[in-house]
Amino acid sequence: MPTATRRRAGVRRAVRRAGAPLLLLLPSLILVGVFVYGLIVANTRQSTTDNHTAAQATGQAPTTGVGLRNYLDLLGSEEFQHSLTNLVLYTVVFLVGTMVIGFAWAWLLDKPLRGEGIFRSVYLFPMAVSFIASGVVWRWLLNSNQGEQASGLNRLFQMIGLDALQNNWWNNVSVGIVAIAIPAIWQLSGYVMALFLAGFRGIPVELREAARVDGASEWKLYRHVLFPQLSPIALSALIIIGHMSLKAFDLIMSISKPANYQTKVPAVDMYVFKSAFDYANAAAVGTILLVIVAVVIVPYLVHTHRQGRR
Amino acid sequence: MTSVVEAEAGRPVDLGRTAPRSRFTVGRTLRYVVLLLFVLVVLVPVYVLLVTSFKGPGDAAPTRAWNLPQVWTTANWETAWSTLAPAIARTVQMVVPAALISAFLGSLNGFVLSRWRFPGADLVFTLILFGMFIPYQAVMIPLNQLVLGLGVPSGVPSLILLHVVYGIPITTLIFRNYYMTVPQELIEAARVDGAGMLRTYAWIVLPISVPSFVVVLIWQFTSAWNDFLFAVFFSSSQNGPVTLALNNLANGALLQDYGVSMAGALFASLPTLLVYVLLGRYFMGGLMSGSVKG
Repeated sequence: MPTATRRRAGVRRAVRRAGAPLLLLLPSLILVGVFVYGLIVANTRQSTTDNHTAAQATGQAPTTGVGLRNYLDLLGSEEFQHSLTNLVLYTVVFLVGTMVIGFAWAWLLDKPLRGEGIFRSVYLFPMAVSFIASGVVWRWLLNSNQGEQASGLNRLFQMIGLDALQNNWWNNVSVGIVAIAIPAIWQLSGYVMALFLAGFRGIPVELREAARVDGASEWKLYRHVLFPQLSPIALSALIIIGHMSLKAFDLIMSISKPANYQTKVPAVDMYVFKSAFDYANAAAVGTILLVIVAVVIVPYLVHTHRQGRR
Repeated sequence: MTSVVEAEAGRPVDLGRTAPRSRFTVGRTLRYVVLLLFVLVVLVPVYVLLVTSFKGPGDAAPTRAWNLPQVWTTANWETAWSTLAPAIARTVQMVVPAALISAFLGSLNGFVLSRWRFPGADLVFTLILFGMFIPYQAVMIPLNQLVLGLGVPSGVPSLILLHVVYGIPITTLIFRNYYMTVPQELIEAARVDGAGMLRTYAWIVLPISVPSFVVVLIWQFTSAWNDFLFAVFFSSSQNGPVTLALNNLANGALLQDYGVSMAGALFASLPTLLVYVLLGRYFMGGLMSGSVKG
């Protein structure tokens, strides 16, 4: 058989082999291709225009390209820097809080215990509730009134003699965002617990027994046997929780107000820009968020992808 | 090293362990005390929600904030229900088709990606997976224009479309990981018998996928029910889901009326809470799969 024909036959075979699976995947591939990748491109393009007014947003006035000026203006503005600082502060407190509490709960529940299921269910149930619904309650709890007028947690602090703990929660200009992280920690610590608990349960009993037989102390058992086994889970938890910190949007919309300077984060800015028909800046904020997420997620996906093949 | 939860991907997860020997020790007692303290802390918002929702106007004084109601009233519950009922109905209309369609798509994708190793299958999977992590803010502006341009009406139809499309990555992931654990011989046997891919899928794979379907349906149901971001950009108070209606109720004209909004918050949370209580193992299955990349 001449090489050309053979090659063509090979291509045909490859097409036939790949054809059916591709056909089944096609609807999803098109949807993801358009709605994820296509729109990321479209969004980035809009972020480099001067589309700042309602007339332009509705196509009644022309837009022109301005390069990276929107990004430079945003990153140079004190307002947006405050949003970025808030996002970092929120993410750090949220991550540390959920990881520490989640791990502590898993550790406390790891050894056999009567009623374990009840503890687990109570710790995990906030996860099933929307941020909007829990925000209703937390807005009441995080009421900033103090003294005579105090309500919510501030009143509770008075009642148990911890008056000094009273504070104005999310109304604090510099660290108010930390107050928004409290309900987020309340909602997702149980999730981290579940991950770690599954991790603890996945470690073969023999491994622990062997270490004990070798005379390892409890601390050494954790340090050298359990922690290394748990580290992939800790990484997963960090990625998922860190990524969920973008959900701060729901809580802020529910607890404070979108226009609130104290608690604004980029996701809220994006909403405010969109509401004001400033599509270019809304798009720019979106792309900045995407870059922040991609810097963390892409190496993680590549890393796990390699592991999966090994 | 692969993640230890990987084996459980896409299946109901039971974290329980065999019944413990009960023996009194100081360590165990201390552990109970700490665990119970945490239970109290976690349940504080629940106490506040229930108590406040039964309070009448006479309990408004801040000094009575943590007290039980002087007079128990269900007026808040009635107001909240009549305000939210239409939105709850719309949410059901939105969530059910969204969950069913995305579960079906995810199952197809998962099957193909786990079994048929066409060139670039891994890359395709990773590219799909990335869609799970993008901040939706990064597509929101053109997405709005696209949905408008396609002529999809605002409210329930738009939201179904969005939850289906952006649910593809997670549902694909869960099903793919589940199908990876299905013995290859089962599929091979069908192939030897001359069944094509579609036949294999319909006759062999679908029947054994029931647990994964439950996991995925619950996951999609919960996340669509609790979604607020798409709701606020793609619907209004007239045609939006319950999260939007609740937020309007809590931040709207009845600004100081916490009793009504707390009752509303419970109504808005009941369906997902019921699913959590009744189908906890499947709920956990979804949670676990979210953490597994393979």
